[in-house]
Amino acid sequence: MKIVVCIKQVPDTTEVRIDPVKGTLIREGVPSIMNPDDKAGLEAALRLKDELGAHVSVISMGPRQADLVLREALAMGADAAYLISDPKFSGADTWATSSTLAAAISKLDYDLVIAGRQAIDGDTAQVGPEIAEHLQIPHISYAEELHVEGNEIVVKRQFEDRYQILRAKMPALVTALTELNEARYMTPGGIFDAYRENEVTLWTRDDIPVEDSNIGLKGSPTRVKSSEPKSMKQPGTKIETGVDESVQYLVDKLKEKFVL
Amino acid sequence: MDFSLSKEHQMAQKLFRDFAIREVEPLAEEIDESHRFPWETVHKMQKNGFMGIPFSKELGGQGCDTLTYVLAVEEIAKFCGTTAVILSAHTSLGADAIKNHGTPEQKEKFLRPLISGEKLGAFALTEVEAGSDASRQQSKAVLDGDEWVLNGTKMFITNGEVADTYVVFAMTDKSQGTRGISAFIVEKGTPGFSFGLKEKKMGINGSSTCELIFEDCRIPKDNLLGREGKGFGVAMSTLDGGRIGIGAMALGLAEGALDRTIRYVKERKQFNQSISKFQNTQFVLAQLKTEIEATRWLVYQAAILKDSGKPFGNEAAMAKLKASQTANLVTRECVQLHGGYGYIQSFQVERMMRDSKITEIFEGTSEVMKMVISGNLLR
Repeated sequence: MKIVVCIKQVPDTTEVRIDPVKGTLIREGVPSIMNPDDKAGLEAALRLKDELGAHVSVISMGPRQADLVLREALAMGADAAYLISDPKFSGADTWATSSTLAAAISKLDYDLVIAGRQAIDGDTAQVGPEIAEHLQIPHISYAEELHVEGNEIVVKRQFEDRYQILRAKMPALVTALTELNEARYMTPGGIFDAYRENEVTLWTRDDIPVEDSNIGLKGSPTRVKSSEPKSMKQPGTKIETGVDESVQYLVDKLKEKFVL
Repeated sequence: MDFSLSKEHQMAQKLFRDFAIREVEPLAEEIDESHRFPWETVHKMQKNGFMGIPFSKELGGQGCDTLTYVLAVEEIAKFCGTTAVILSAHTSLGADAIKNHGTPEQKEKFLRPLISGEKLGAFALTEVEAGSDASRQQSKAVLDGDEWVLNGTKMFITNGEVADTYVVFAMTDKSQGTRGISAFIVEKGTPGFSFGLKEKKMGINGSSTCELIFEDCRIPKDNLLGREGKGFGVAMSTLDGGRIGIGAMALGLAEGALDRTIRYVKERKQFNQSISKFQNTQFVLAQLKTEIEATRWLVYQAAILKDSGKPFGNEAAMAKLKASQTANLVTRECVQLHGGYGYIQSFQVERMMRDSKITEIFEGTSEVMKMVISGNLLR
């Protein structure tokens, strides 16, 4: 079985600051980490490797420094790593990113592609499903459990108030939630191998079979109009009384706020 | 010369720091208070390859080096002296003695389980009358057919009782003095091998320090480690390596205490300002940081020398001497900068000060370090 895991290097904070002029993230001075949902996806792949003997490749599109998260993935137990890096790819929105990643993945042999649900710096949750569409394979998002049965992947898909058990014939793509598992640590020996025995294959523009119109800033239909930090929400109040008391409480509160 | 860590060492340091914050720090206060051995942390270290860092993959180790091992002990000691010493005694005493002096069969049988994380190691040299003067061994081993018969008592043994595999020293020919000492590998559970008093200590309270008692304990002839009569050399060369581990532990304790103190002095207000605004605070912190950096390079140098295969005993002695002095100076001054809060337990620097004291004593006291260093000067 061959698995490809998509990984993004992200700034290690949920309180990213926004450049007030450009409307983009200020990344300087913020340590970079492997995106948490992607790390869960990698762990899921490594567990399938432990169980079934899968070959796990990791792939990332980003600046050259993203080499670091790929080495980390190798140090956790991935078998091969690919970095897609070229100034021509920069400024990509989810369309251009998924076009590029899908074209790169199509060069690899795979039964299963695992991506994180979403990256903590963009929160779009679009790239994984879009890759599946480009590759014309089925996808199941929001996996909180998964296992393989024959040539099918079986996924427990999370919703706010319920879940679905879905199965898809492989090749397929799954997007992983952090809740899927607790990722393993790298091993000291794995780290040494990641630098001394393994390598990160660098793919630049010419290595990726994708059209110019679908890459980078120019290939991105999305335009960011403005970005702002999330406004702080008050913690909610949970009322656990009978129906009549609850309704009365709600009506009083709405009157208090002049809604009624 | 390049005083920066390689990429792999930097990533290993990140791993150890992450592990220390997530797994070691949350238990540090509790195990100090309850004097409980942190088995859950040890099992996690075993599972993640921490118990075999500087040993080759052929033997079941991680294939890293002494510097990586030093980084592990250092990062862990920033949060917990107990956990650091468990790792250090296992790696650079128990396992390293067998790696350096064992036969291929002994390495397969005893070293592989130690460094692959199945078993825990310990090293037993000290006795009631044999402390700094390790030559005064009273334990005896007599060959009887295919077995050695071991009699005697070891004391102050780190990882005693919890370890599975012990490197034990005993006289095989008392008339020969230090040339009559031999080293043996003894496994827990061997008839005639039991555990005595478990010591109550000033610090490193979660670690096990106890007596080993041998009463007509029969071990296979093949468990002789190194040649007969060469045990004193096995002990001394192993301790040279052990001192690098203790240097790393002391360095980590000093850094951990300083990190906490920097946070504290920024928050603590007296006389209407943060106490970090006082020049006394600033100058003390500056001095402590400088001591720590000087210590770091002595410890790293000894580790790098050991990896290069060059003699390192003198450098290891200097590293341990300086590092243990630094740990004691830094933790004491950090307690002082904390004032009354430094003296109570929940601010951690109190524990770090207690944990630091032992680094001036075990695996050779500071006085023994000075004997080693001056011996090299005056040769």
